[in-house]
Amino acid sequence: MAKKDVFSSSQENIYDTKTNHPTLQKEYGFTEEIVKKISKDKEEPDWVLEIRLKALKKFYELEDPSWGPDLSFFDLSQIATYVKPVSGEVRKWEDVPEEIRNVFDKLGIPDAEKEALAGSGAQFDSQIVYHNLTEEFQKKGVIYTSFDEGIRKYPDLVKKYFTKAVPIFDHKYIALHYAFFSGGSFVYIPKGARLDRPLQSYFRLNAPGAGQFEHTLIIVDEGAELQFIEGCSAPGYNELNLHAGCVELFVLKNAYLRFSTIENWSKNMLNLNTKKCFVEEGGKIEWIMGSFGSKISMLYPLSVLNGVGAKCEFTNISFAGAGQNLDTGLKIIHNAPLTSSLVHSKSISKDGGICTFRSHALVRKNAKNSQLSLSCESLMLDSESRSDTIPVNTLETENVTFSHEAKIGKISDQTIYYLMTRGLSEEEAKGLIVRGFAEPIAKAFPVEYAVEMNRLIDLELEGSIG
Amino acid sequence: MKKLLEIKHLNTIAEDDPSKQILKGLDLVIPEGEVHVIMGPNGSGKSTLANTIFSSPRYLITDGEIYFDGCDITHEKTDKIAKMGVFMSFQTPEEIPGIRLAQFLKTAKHSMTGEKPNLYSFTKEVEKNMEELGMKYEYVNREFNVGFSGGEKKKNEILQMLLLQPKLAILDETDSGLDVDAIRTVSRGIELYKNEHNSVLIITHSTKILESLKVDKVHVLVDGKIVASGDSSLASTIEKNGYQDYIK
Repeated sequence: MAKKDVFSSSQENIYDTKTNHPTLQKEYGFTEEIVKKISKDKEEPDWVLEIRLKALKKFYELEDPSWGPDLSFFDLSQIATYVKPVSGEVRKWEDVPEEIRNVFDKLGIPDAEKEALAGSGAQFDSQIVYHNLTEEFQKKGVIYTSFDEGIRKYPDLVKKYFTKAVPIFDHKYIALHYAFFSGGSFVYIPKGARLDRPLQSYFRLNAPGAGQFEHTLIIVDEGAELQFIEGCSAPGYNELNLHAGCVELFVLKNAYLRFSTIENWSKNMLNLNTKKCFVEEGGKIEWIMGSFGSKISMLYPLSVLNGVGAKCEFTNISFAGAGQNLDTGLKIIHNAPLTSSLVHSKSISKDGGICTFRSHALVRKNAKNSQLSLSCESLMLDSESRSDTIPVNTLETENVTFSHEAKIGKISDQTIYYLMTRGLSEEEAKGLIVRGFAEPIAKAFPVEYAVEMNRLIDLELEGSIG
Repeated sequence: MKKLLEIKHLNTIAEDDPSKQILKGLDLVIPEGEVHVIMGPNGSGKSTLANTIFSSPRYLITDGEIYFDGCDITHEKTDKIAKMGVFMSFQTPEEIPGIRLAQFLKTAKHSMTGEKPNLYSFTKEVEKNMEELGMKYEYVNREFNVGFSGGEKKKNEILQMLLLQPKLAILDETDSGLDVDAIRTVSRGIELYKNEHNSVLIITHSTKILESLKVDKVHVLVDGKIVASGDSSLASTIEKNGYQDYIK
């Protein structure tokens, strides 16, 4: 997303830009009072407030998951549930307050919008500060707004789909999300409309000790096509930050959606995110995920292939460094005949980092003549690092083509030595091997993101090897 | 004549088996501009010698010194030794998935010279040398050594030697497993590389590769020591009689 020359000319870590704004309003606590205040601030209809209050009640009833990374050390009361920068949502970058605009400028967002995007949104802490869609697509009936505005302007459409992919009682942190959600994007692509350029929403969590609970809802109507890019980053602080976002995707008959995410949260972030997609007859969802940041991530997008011939492609790369525990993966439910899914995941761990990849594929009895292919590869750069692959495959019909391949390996000392005989230092040798390992995944990303991914790999490798 | 490589009383053990002494007081001198050959039976320490010169982590030096171009490189790092002008063609070259041959060659050249190669002239040079070695130019877009045949991998080693222009090229069993045509191509590569200022150390157990090369000296390595040295006629003798005369 940021331009190539930005990366090559600057050694500075652009993601770590900190911003001070004295006018910041922070709200702490998990009370009805705060929930009502948020809802009132946003001038929401009663049915939305009801969802929030129901979710809050659920949140108090639910426990942490009994598996995966340990979250018991985490003191939720330290998290600011709502951070509102004192600025409204605008349609021109010039109108975004300077200190916030500078952050997005450094990340290259306005430039990317000019050059390669059909529209772009930018969230700062709890609130969308900028949202814009080019006129050409507005005329075609495409809707791309902040989620708050979506509720206000398109209540019927939002009501029809909101909470229908991800129910509010799914798990503890989704209940928390539904109680305090703020920001995120709402997208509707009308029947047959095709966007030749992607939409991009960028989520920046800036305030130390804050939570970000954005909700993104995308509906791609029959025969329509959309590429959507989601970017996330935050500067590093000592306090823990929490990201409990939610993405609900609906790919209707013969529609296509490519949903790409580059996540580069700072290493003090708990990233407990939930994403689900329903795919109808002949439709296709492509997930492309890059997970680089966060202290702990738990993220397992679910695709439900509900119509005949529905397809899912899932491409993922995770890179865990010192102190990081990235627990990612996916779930797929084949719920109709002739459905297919193709999964390709790679993970890299170093300096004691932990990468776990969980996949759960369920092929229902009615999903005859379906295809399922999973491939996971891990590369460990040293013996302190860990990598696990935990596949669960449930096939309720025998009439299915299924393949599963998992490879876990440590970086080869002999390959490093070979490269060193060609004049590369040990760090350069490791970098080249890692880039080669990541290359098939980098190719799947939009081109500007492939550049960013290489930059992130360099940042990850920098200074910590050798 | 100036000594390019000088090895004094070299003793090494294997990193994973310290009880195993491989080189046992080896001495060797390679002057500038000469082609030397080391022959010896399997397990005599030929590959160990090549990798010890390059500070491979698989071997530990317990005694002795190695000098290159007048500098002590006994405990120098592998990449520093490479940058001083030593090259090795590997017996089993590595594969690097996801990295194209072109990208690899550019990266290696950049590392060696410290500056980015001029894209136009470097491309021309690669093209020319690949043609000389009978390699298809399309290979520059393939992943490094992935899916290459044994012969193609060895040609790729020689290609790197020609592009990186080292002062000393060590060819570790480059001819092994190759057919007659491929061996001829490798010999052609060495001829192209060779000039009066650089040296070659060929490690082999066959004499085929020596037929079309002008060799200055042949050494026989048995049980971790050089047991005989002579001119190219020594190679013919070994071809006829084997190593039995040197094995006690």
